[in-house]
Amino acid sequence: MKSSMVLVEFLLFPGLLFTAIAGLLTTWVDRKVTALVQMRVGPPLLQPFYDIRKLLIKETCVPEDGAVGLFLLAPLLGLAGVTLASMILWRTLLNVQATFVGDLIVLVYLLVMPALSVMLGSFASRNPLASLGGSREVKLMIAYELPLVLAILVPVIQANSIRLGDLLTAQAPIFSLSGALALLVCIACTQAKLTIVPFDMPEAETELSGGALIEYSGPPLAMFKLTRAMMLFTMPVLLVVLFFGGVVSGPGWLPAVTGFLLWFVLVAVTIVVRNTTPRVCIDQAVRFFWGPVSLVALVAVMLAWLGW
Amino acid sequence: MNKRTIVPIGPYHALQEEPEFFKLHVEGEKVVHLDIELGYNHRGIEKLSESKTFEETIFLVERICGICSTSHPLACVQAVEDAGEIPVPERALFIRSAVGELERIHSHLLWLGLAGHFIGFNTIWMWAWRFREDVLNILELITGNRNHYGMMKPGGVRRDINKTDIPAISKLLDSLQDPIKLFRDAVVQDPLIHARTKGIGILTREKAQDYGALGPTARASGYDIDVRRDHPHAAYPMLDFDVITCEKGDVFDKAVVRILEMFESIRIIQQCLTQLEKSGGPVDSNPKTVPAGEGIGFYEAPRGEVFHYVRSDGSNRPIRHKVRAPSFMNVPTNRETVLGATVADATIILAAVDPCYCCTERMAVAVGHHDGERLLNARDLMRLSCEKTDRLMAETGLRGPSLPDFQRE
Repeated sequence: MKSSMVLVEFLLFPGLLFTAIAGLLTTWVDRKVTALVQMRVGPPLLQPFYDIRKLLIKETCVPEDGAVGLFLLAPLLGLAGVTLASMILWRTLLNVQATFVGDLIVLVYLLVMPALSVMLGSFASRNPLASLGGSREVKLMIAYELPLVLAILVPVIQANSIRLGDLLTAQAPIFSLSGALALLVCIACTQAKLTIVPFDMPEAETELSGGALIEYSGPPLAMFKLTRAMMLFTMPVLLVVLFFGGVVSGPGWLPAVTGFLLWFVLVAVTIVVRNTTPRVCIDQAVRFFWGPVSLVALVAVMLAWLGW
Repeated sequence: MNKRTIVPIGPYHALQEEPEFFKLHVEGEKVVHLDIELGYNHRGIEKLSESKTFEETIFLVERICGICSTSHPLACVQAVEDAGEIPVPERALFIRSAVGELERIHSHLLWLGLAGHFIGFNTIWMWAWRFREDVLNILELITGNRNHYGMMKPGGVRRDINKTDIPAISKLLDSLQDPIKLFRDAVVQDPLIHARTKGIGILTREKAQDYGALGPTARASGYDIDVRRDHPHAAYPMLDFDVITCEKGDVFDKAVVRILEMFESIRIIQQCLTQLEKSGGPVDSNPKTVPAGEGIGFYEAPRGEVFHYVRSDGSNRPIRHKVRAPSFMNVPTNRETVLGATVADATIILAAVDPCYCCTERMAVAVGHHDGERLLNARDLMRLSCEKTDRLMAETGLRGPSLPDFQRE
């Protein structure tokens, strides 16, 4: 493939532009549903776009004592990570044979980038509240990555491949016991990966006044917000690909519609959980992920191994 | 190596939107020391009060706090009535109690919403404030205002509750039962709320007594005090109600006490309304003068006992007026409850006493250790201010209006 073509794919479709628009629309769904749950009216459809545009024209304030280069590069890292991840996912969805063997592993690494960028940015800003937020982000990531990777192993074992295209065309793992358990684990981990309630302690507005992102303003903050929005869109897509592969692949419009509905259900679950729980403490979160969640993930892997 | 860092909450609180400064000294996420700094918002209410007539004073104290805007006037008029031995018609007493209890419901709902927001449960926040609107509507129906009611005056109240309005008020009140039950069930049953509130910020009964804690903060620790029952005033001796207490004194108990108190308040208001419907009569004894003397007045505000002292010399204005708001006693208990907690728990613990800073603000005066002299007087502060302005003008090269020389000494 020509390099110019890759650039177009990265910047326009299915990379940055497409994922950003889809992500911002997803945040609108999130905000609207949240508003309805909370007996409010909610924002108009384009509000997320206005918010980003407003941040883009604002001044960028840089902390005096901070590591300026790292502080400004960190948001780019997260944005690049989620863009690449979404690009790989969508290339597979559009053409099953488009990607390479082992793309799933690359994807898992790329999806760590947003969390990593928050950590780097928070420590680079040298603010005590940001440091606290950053350290919480580290702990949270250590907590949820283990069960998440274990749960992703389940479809891999069932399809006997580490290529997204093969997972997509294989029998959907959700119809097995191990697949169902792994999906539950993944939903819990997604909530933490997106750092939304009950796992939003790195940014807990009411405890750390924005925590990890406290020093950010203007375009860098917009990038973080955009990264967050794109993750909110991409993570459910990944779950659909991993666990509903057989259902959403194939010719015709039916699999596409089914895929969209499944994606919507997963987003809705995230939104409902976020509106019906309080924020937990970081120690409670770590105990939750290393205790019951890891255990369920481990059981799921064993069941998958045994062919359940 | 000293690993302590300071996590500042304030000087302007991100959520409570009031000026106060809690310095959390933390090691990692654990709080090892707490500095409480108040006094950013001194308004000189007590001194102002001495320059106003008794009637005007009531409007002044109403503005001490936007939430306790009945508690302060009620305590104040009772102090004036105590000083002047002014009689109050019975009907006015019932109206005072009814408005006071409505204020308690709206204040507790406000706290509940904030507490939900503090632990990241925004749905509770929005719902609690949504149903608080209904309470404010009732208050508007009765008093004409949503927040500053202007109802109290020495010798009675300013407005009667129309008998034709009573069925509507009663119906609106009943419609509040279900939402409050919903909140009660949410708090009592939700395991995640338990995980965040149970066993943290414990104030033992002994410590509550030592610090002189008041209101729900004290009652949650099993310290059974309530001036509505202990020092009867307004219509409370004629009403039947329970004082809610809990045992453990953690954040959970403080929430439970407040929620259950809302049911008691509804009960009290219904009794008041029944009495108002049955009887008639004046609501104001129209006192013309306040004879020389001194008096005290207290009222169980939503946060605890609010206390006013008024001295009169027979003229039309108080010569001394002293206010003590409940948060003044409750905020220091944070030093007991927050130590050993994590930063995550600290915010909800600090908020659990339902602090009201604008009620509490006092001027701080620094006094030398050895000579007992004031370290800075007003003239010193003016001098410091001028020096800083000069320095900033020199640094930035900006020119401001020049200050008159007499202020520079």
